[in-house]
Amino acid sequence: MNLDFNEKDRFFENKVFLNRIVACVLFINIATVGLLIRLIYLQVVGHSHYASLAQDNRVKISPLPPTRGMIIDRNGEVLANNYPTYSLEVFLDRVPDIDTTLAELKTLLNLTEDEIDRFNTLRRRHKGFEAIPLRIQLSEEEIALFSVRMPHFPGVEVQRRMLRTYPYGELTAHVVGYVGRISEAELQKLDPSIYSGTYHIGKSGVEKAYEDVLHGKAGYEELETNVQGRSISVLGRTEPQSGADLYLSLDIGMQKVAQDALREYRGAAVAIEPSTGHVLAMASNPSFDPNPFVQGISRDQFAVLQNSPDRPLYNRVLRGIYPPGSTVKPFMALAGLEFGQITPGKRVGCPGFFRLPGSDHRYRDWKKSGHGGVDLRLAITQSCDVYFYQLALRLGIDRMNQYMRKFGFGEKTGIDMDGEKAGIYPSTEWKTKTRKSAWFPGESLIAGIGQGYVQTTPLQMARATAILANKGQVIVPRVVERMKAPPDTENPFPLRNVENISIPPANWRAVVDAMVDVVHSGRGTAKGIAAGLTYHIAGKTGTAQVFSVGQGQSYKSMRVKAQLKDHAWFIAFAPAEAPRIAVAVIVENGGHGGSVAAPIAKTIMQYYLKGQANHD
Amino acid sequence: MINDPLIEEIPLYEPKAGRSWSQRLHVDMPLLIGLLLLSCVAFVVLYSAGGQKIEMVFRQAGRLGLAMGIMVIIAQIHPHHLRLYSPLLYLFGVVLLAAVLVIGETSLGATRWLNLGVVRFQPSEMVKLTMPMMIAWFLASQPMPPALHHVLMAGTLILVPTLMIAKQPDLGTALLVFAAGWAVLFLAGLGWNYILALAVLGGSLMPVLWHFMHGYQRDRVLMFLNPESDPLGRGYHIIQSKIAIGSGGIYGKGWLHGTQSHLDFLPEPSTDFVFAVLAEEFGLLGCAGLLAIYLFIMARCFYIVVQAQDKFNRLLSGALTVTFFVYVFVNVGMVIGILPVVGVPLPMISYGGTSMVTLLAGFGILMSIQTHRKLIPPLESQ
Repeated sequence: MNLDFNEKDRFFENKVFLNRIVACVLFINIATVGLLIRLIYLQVVGHSHYASLAQDNRVKISPLPPTRGMIIDRNGEVLANNYPTYSLEVFLDRVPDIDTTLAELKTLLNLTEDEIDRFNTLRRRHKGFEAIPLRIQLSEEEIALFSVRMPHFPGVEVQRRMLRTYPYGELTAHVVGYVGRISEAELQKLDPSIYSGTYHIGKSGVEKAYEDVLHGKAGYEELETNVQGRSISVLGRTEPQSGADLYLSLDIGMQKVAQDALREYRGAAVAIEPSTGHVLAMASNPSFDPNPFVQGISRDQFAVLQNSPDRPLYNRVLRGIYPPGSTVKPFMALAGLEFGQITPGKRVGCPGFFRLPGSDHRYRDWKKSGHGGVDLRLAITQSCDVYFYQLALRLGIDRMNQYMRKFGFGEKTGIDMDGEKAGIYPSTEWKTKTRKSAWFPGESLIAGIGQGYVQTTPLQMARATAILANKGQVIVPRVVERMKAPPDTENPFPLRNVENISIPPANWRAVVDAMVDVVHSGRGTAKGIAAGLTYHIAGKTGTAQVFSVGQGQSYKSMRVKAQLKDHAWFIAFAPAEAPRIAVAVIVENGGHGGSVAAPIAKTIMQYYLKGQANHD
Repeated sequence: MINDPLIEEIPLYEPKAGRSWSQRLHVDMPLLIGLLLLSCVAFVVLYSAGGQKIEMVFRQAGRLGLAMGIMVIIAQIHPHHLRLYSPLLYLFGVVLLAAVLVIGETSLGATRWLNLGVVRFQPSEMVKLTMPMMIAWFLASQPMPPALHHVLMAGTLILVPTLMIAKQPDLGTALLVFAAGWAVLFLAGLGWNYILALAVLGGSLMPVLWHFMHGYQRDRVLMFLNPESDPLGRGYHIIQSKIAIGSGGIYGKGWLHGTQSHLDFLPEPSTDFVFAVLAEEFGLLGCAGLLAIYLFIMARCFYIVVQAQDKFNRLLSGALTVTFFVYVFVNVGMVIGILPVVGVPLPMISYGGTSMVTLLAGFGILMSIQTHRKLIPPLESQ
């Protein structure tokens, strides 16, 4: 019986146990299927998601900034170059505590508030993987100082970079311009695929105008990185495309001569090769050293430049607008001959003033006693105002405007640089539109001697002179002669079609002969520079009034402050028979053109035609 | 004897021509083959996960040899003796655990080791085996299913070492030891109403458990619930592990081509997270293959379980088999992000000797049970 019970018991236990084994097997199978479903979910359904995450994990894109193109003068002198330097850069995603890091670096490397401010600005618009520069140029000591402590600064690295430099400093500041750190506004407009890794952009001059050509294109390096973000190997590399080298038509020697000649004054000088429009020299004084702008100029330094009354940052060649004064007279004469209002031989009596018919108002000549009877030649040689008052009255402002515009007055020259001013050449229409009033004949008289509403830039004057030297062949000034760029590169400044001016040779002869007399005759207003010349210069002086002299007042009797003294102009081309160079010089508040501006022009021309400066 | 249900259900006699070397050595060939297969997978994956250092594979092979030796030695011990010494071994284990709590060595914030002068010994590993032995010993002498007071007694026997291990703290091992004890209770026919009641009780005790948990343990649970809440901090391991597995796809990135593990994104690629390396390099197919090997081993284990001839043997072998699966499930579940991160190695694959010795010792017991059966002749010959 006992045995029976045991047997029954055993049977029951067996059943229970086997049930439990079945339950376990079921559980194991269900759980395994659960694991498999989860694996399918991760590896099949979520595969692309996780694959891209793994890729992000492992691959970091590191931009390779291109090398900026060099800027070289016509003789092969390098005006803008790149040199290797080491910069301190921060990878934000790897820095555990940026504020502490900054504070420690500040004490270690004496970071200025400026640098920290700039860094914080960059940090706010930071995009992902890119490094943010903290200090662009590290000294050897700073590199050593930092390297020792580098393990304490994860995410902060010393990187090799190319930095722009301008060997000629202030000599080229206005032409070549400079690069500076990319501003927030600029960043909005830039293509990140081209500019990633680049910290600098052209801010002025050729650097700005030819930015697209000079910059090149960024390359990329795909780096395999480990969990600390340190790169393990290079997976792929797209080489950066270096920027094109620019060859300027500028002659740095002549540039120096021009700048030196202007040294004592505020003013500008431009020299153009008439046949091509190539700018040989373009000096604006005072100038400034562009190099501090590259590394980031300090606020104080910038404020000094910005607030200086001499305005060194201001490129007078392109942006300075001055009344051209008597320098318009040769062009006026051509207009008069063209419209048949004067002939070379016809004389005009000059009593020292001009009166409009039916008016008592006296328009004074610069020579109080008058020039007597003057023909065209003498009118230009002596710069007789009365002759041109009369001519202006006969022509009328609209015909003057029509003709002068052909020489580029009142219009941008189209030079391959940014920021030039158009100046003004008035007309009745212009006055109605801008001043909402009618044109008075007296205003034509004033415009006839290049005063009143007429305003020009030195570059416009140089161009007009070059066109005159060309016998009417219109040119567009160019600073960049050629570029060493890939063939498909688009020239940012394609030459536009221009309409040449047909000037009858006799007219041209008459005017140019008079201009030669300005320099080479005993009565010329610039006769002082004639000495030592082995060729003929055709020139014209000009004196631009800054301050209008009241009726009945004499200029000399006034106590005129230096800033209100007249601007001195001189335009010229040489050799007069076969022109190779056209020059325009303005000296602000320089007084008389013949005595101040003309010698500067002569120096420049002598350098070019004689191969040396005559003053040293 | 004709109506003996055991004889009807389980054929206890396998006619064999002679005794092969495996029989003489008390080694179960299918089980051995399965384990060696796993070891091969382990070597391949570890070579990649360990940064392609062949010395690492050699060291692991050495450990495997040692553990296999222990397995074979244990397989020689007759299950009778195992049963006889079960209470003693259990007591010994508890004493050692107590010793650990008093004089144990601390490393990485956990006190798990006893320094025996020559080797460092981890008593909790031993308890992984002595626990199911003890419970099986206890319940084998009781009728099945166990009565309430037996359940309570067994529960106490389970909880004492479990809590001692949890105190070290070693939540993973405590969990496995606990599971091993409960597996015996379950196999012994613990009523479903008890199971339900205990589940409810356990659930209500969760807040209490939470209260006693260490900070990092709480973090792990929180991270498991929402790993993305702190992707660079504590949830990092789970996220990176999921990325490794997911990026492997169906076919994997190929051996030695896993990026997550080779670039150090994956935490502990050769120990706890070795499954992620396998999943990344061999894909879904590799994972399924590994799971298939595990299933094969467990199938053979269940074969041994149902063939076992007495209650102790059945309960013990069944519990060891279930525990083996729990190891696999907890580790894989952790790596693929369906269970919280607990430090449980992947059986036979993870780098390290301690857990392998315990595992193979368990398989030694299974082999002993399988090879020490009384040969019952077929009915016709009686």
